[in-house]
Amino acid sequence: MLKAVDYSSDQDVRWCPGCGDYSILKQVQSVLAEFEAKRESTVFISGIGCSSRFPYYLNTYGMHGIHGRATAIASGLRAVRRDLDIWVITGDGDGLSIGLGHLLHALRRNFRLKILLFNNEIYGLTKGQYSPTTPEGHRTKSSPMGVIDHPFNPLALALGADATFVARTMDRDPLHLRDVLKAAHAHEGSAFIEVYQNCNVFNDGAFFAFTDKKTKANNTVYLEAGKPMVFGENNDKVLVKEHCGIAVDTLENAQHPLVHNPGDLHQAMLLSRMFDLPETEMEQPRPFGVLYQTHRPCYEDLMQQQIQQAVEKNGAPDLDALLAGDTSWEVH
Amino acid sequence: MNEKAPKLLEKATILFAGDSGDGIQLTGFQFSQNTALEGQDLSTYPDFPAEIRAPIGTVSGVSGFRINFGSQRIFTPGALVDALVAFNAAALTKNIDQLRNGGILIVDESGFSKRNLTLAHIPEDQNPLDDEALVNSYKLLRFDITQMTKEALVDVPGSPKDKTRSKNFFALGLIYWMYSRSLQQGEKLIAEKFKAGSVAFDANIKALRAGYHLGETIEETAVRFRMDAAHLAPGRYRSVMGNQAVALALIAASQKANLPLFYGSYPITPASDILHELSKQKHFGVKTFQAEDEIAAITSAIGAAYGGALAVTGSSGPGIALKGEGIGLAVILELPLVVINVQRGGPSTGLPTKTEQADLNQALYGRNGEAPLPVLAPASPTDCFDITYAAAKIAVEHMTPVMVLSDGFLANGSQPWKFPAASDLPLISPPVASEHTEDYQPYRRDENLVRKWGIPGTAGIEHRIGGLEKQDITGNISYDAENHQKMVNFRQQKIANIPVPDLAIEWGDPEGDVLVLGWGSTFGAIREAVINLRNDGVKVSQAHLRYIYPLPANFEELISGFTHILVPEMNMGQLLGYLRREISKPLTPLHKVKGVPFASLEIEEAIRQLLK
Repeated sequence: MLKAVDYSSDQDVRWCPGCGDYSILKQVQSVLAEFEAKRESTVFISGIGCSSRFPYYLNTYGMHGIHGRATAIASGLRAVRRDLDIWVITGDGDGLSIGLGHLLHALRRNFRLKILLFNNEIYGLTKGQYSPTTPEGHRTKSSPMGVIDHPFNPLALALGADATFVARTMDRDPLHLRDVLKAAHAHEGSAFIEVYQNCNVFNDGAFFAFTDKKTKANNTVYLEAGKPMVFGENNDKVLVKEHCGIAVDTLENAQHPLVHNPGDLHQAMLLSRMFDLPETEMEQPRPFGVLYQTHRPCYEDLMQQQIQQAVEKNGAPDLDALLAGDTSWEVH
Repeated sequence: MNEKAPKLLEKATILFAGDSGDGIQLTGFQFSQNTALEGQDLSTYPDFPAEIRAPIGTVSGVSGFRINFGSQRIFTPGALVDALVAFNAAALTKNIDQLRNGGILIVDESGFSKRNLTLAHIPEDQNPLDDEALVNSYKLLRFDITQMTKEALVDVPGSPKDKTRSKNFFALGLIYWMYSRSLQQGEKLIAEKFKAGSVAFDANIKALRAGYHLGETIEETAVRFRMDAAHLAPGRYRSVMGNQAVALALIAASQKANLPLFYGSYPITPASDILHELSKQKHFGVKTFQAEDEIAAITSAIGAAYGGALAVTGSSGPGIALKGEGIGLAVILELPLVVINVQRGGPSTGLPTKTEQADLNQALYGRNGEAPLPVLAPASPTDCFDITYAAAKIAVEHMTPVMVLSDGFLANGSQPWKFPAASDLPLISPPVASEHTEDYQPYRRDENLVRKWGIPGTAGIEHRIGGLEKQDITGNISYDAENHQKMVNFRQQKIANIPVPDLAIEWGDPEGDVLVLGWGSTFGAIREAVINLRNDGVKVSQAHLRYIYPLPANFEELISGFTHILVPEMNMGQLLGYLRREISKPLTPLHKVKGVPFASLEIEEAIRQLLK
């Protein structure tokens, strides 16, 4: 049986020391061993960016593609190879800026792909420009006076594209990261996983509010199916429904604590909008876990079904008949 | 009845023209099929507006279909036409210049109402049908075809407006009579298109007969023609359009290579018919993927190629521009990929429905870095099959993207095709790496510098590939200076090593005063010009490049026997520029960038100029 270390390639890992990517790589290798993943039928496809070096470090099949196109490359691969276990590694620049179109289309088509979006809210490989998830006002190399772009909300985008699996996790919670990876792996369809990942060189501490021991408990809520959404230092706060939205109440006062149901799209949408900036006063905690999961046929399966239907209707392929067409004539 | 003997013709050209809702393309297509079944050679070309439904009755809404046919070999859809069928004033205004002096002009009088005349921008109180010059220049046959069709269909259910929709078949019946075609054959072709017993079937059959019978009643005034079968090589034939031939070749290659076919494409004129054609053939295991954009179209194909499919993407110039980075990725990954460019008028959106050959530079040089790939170009609609098949074979066997340069003229043109038997098609042998290949290295090369295709799912040869420069043999990332030069050389030499067929003299002697050297869809016009001038004793020959990069090995030798080399192109001299880099022999350009193909006369004129 393969161990996590057996999924490591012989290449030196070249991320900056302290990068959050190391933890993600380690957890991925660990869950692959847990699944007893066959190396030959596991494929990692990436685009361009720090995160996209990922495939080089795994002893499976892999392709480091071009900027933004990993989901499109993976879609084509999946269309012809339903036997493979395909993972897409992308980032906030690769997946939400130059490659957003492909990401959303892959999600709506529901190709069976595990899409890991490493969100560090910065362009790392090009050395520190703001990304589509960098908070407004943030000063970066390309925004010395502060970012004026309104940032994307990745989970809301994924839900908007009718993704069938939408989750959020973080590099600094290995246990949770592994649980989400496992849930994604079991999902029959596109799984979109946003991973909060710290870039300690260009955007250090972007997610400290959610990862730091002192602030984490009050700023995060871990979603578990069938359980009330309890959080807080003393596990004394809970999410409740208020009018059309979600509010925070104390566990003591709450009449109807919200229970997490990943199949409830409306609730998932409300949870995805809990997106207050850590810098400003955080009124609401940020949800982590599987926000939403549903089932819809996968594109590649429907594609194969049509081929089967066509064979049933037209019979086995006959190349000579195809070349002759409907009308042909003899010249003597 | 005084039966006049029909006049024997060797060739003829007819242009059907009317509103884009008049069923012109269907009429032309039925006549073409009928012509093919008569055993004559033919070439057709549609001319439709860029707008789907341009305002009815306007010049911009005119749709045309031209067919050139004969008992001799036919190479082009013809220049001036012998007969013009115009369903309205706009169709007449737009196309009258194409009718030769003394040609037959058939018009539907209903299409020349006051409103029609206004829409065709004909000055008030004028009707071209009453114009003496027109009447004197052409054999005008004017009928109220619309009214006569309605009368012929009194027994058919439907509104008068529905009935007028069969007027194209009425006109077709008249043309069938005029060219001594069998009415039964015409009816059979209607039965192939419309469900027997349906209202449309009944209406079109009745209209066709009425038009045919009209001919018999006007025998006194109208001329009638007949034509022998052409001397085509014996065998079984069908009609094929260029885009259709591309699609058939891709399926054939996928079957012969035993690889599933994946076609990633984004809708674009004039390439979309390849997508349509392939999506009808799912029982061949064909997977068509209508991607969200041109970039996804090519990158999904790259993913499919990685997964072991015969991967193809098709588009036209603007789409190929968007695919540039993806093509470069396929070059550096060394994955097989066929890229079809059905060229149209450019730059930018340009002339979507018009033809041009101005993407050769894009094909040869349109990528960042040193990114060579084979460039092939079919010479005729039927050649689209052979060249696309060859492109697939090269792509797979040499692990490289290959560009096929078709164009709008080839894509929509049709010809009789002596189609091959599946068993006669060349074998295609993909260099697939087997399981547990000892010391497999993704970029180890064979004697032709071709690497092995390591396909995911194959145990024991797991590896990573990518768009970063890679170390020779291992494929690991490498920024080493010497290694980069080495890899650039390998990729260049690999393409240069691809064996391509020798260039042949297509027509004429191996030596002479002028060699007309063309590529792509100019083939037919060049052939006609060369035949005509040789009949006049001019020492001119034709050679046609189907393999542009790499060039055939005998290229320089073959052209050395001629004093002048004339290079006609529907661009500003792109092949010429490319060849000037390769050879020192002087070349004479002939440019035309009007969105329309060369007429053979234009080429004849250029050859005569050279010899002055």
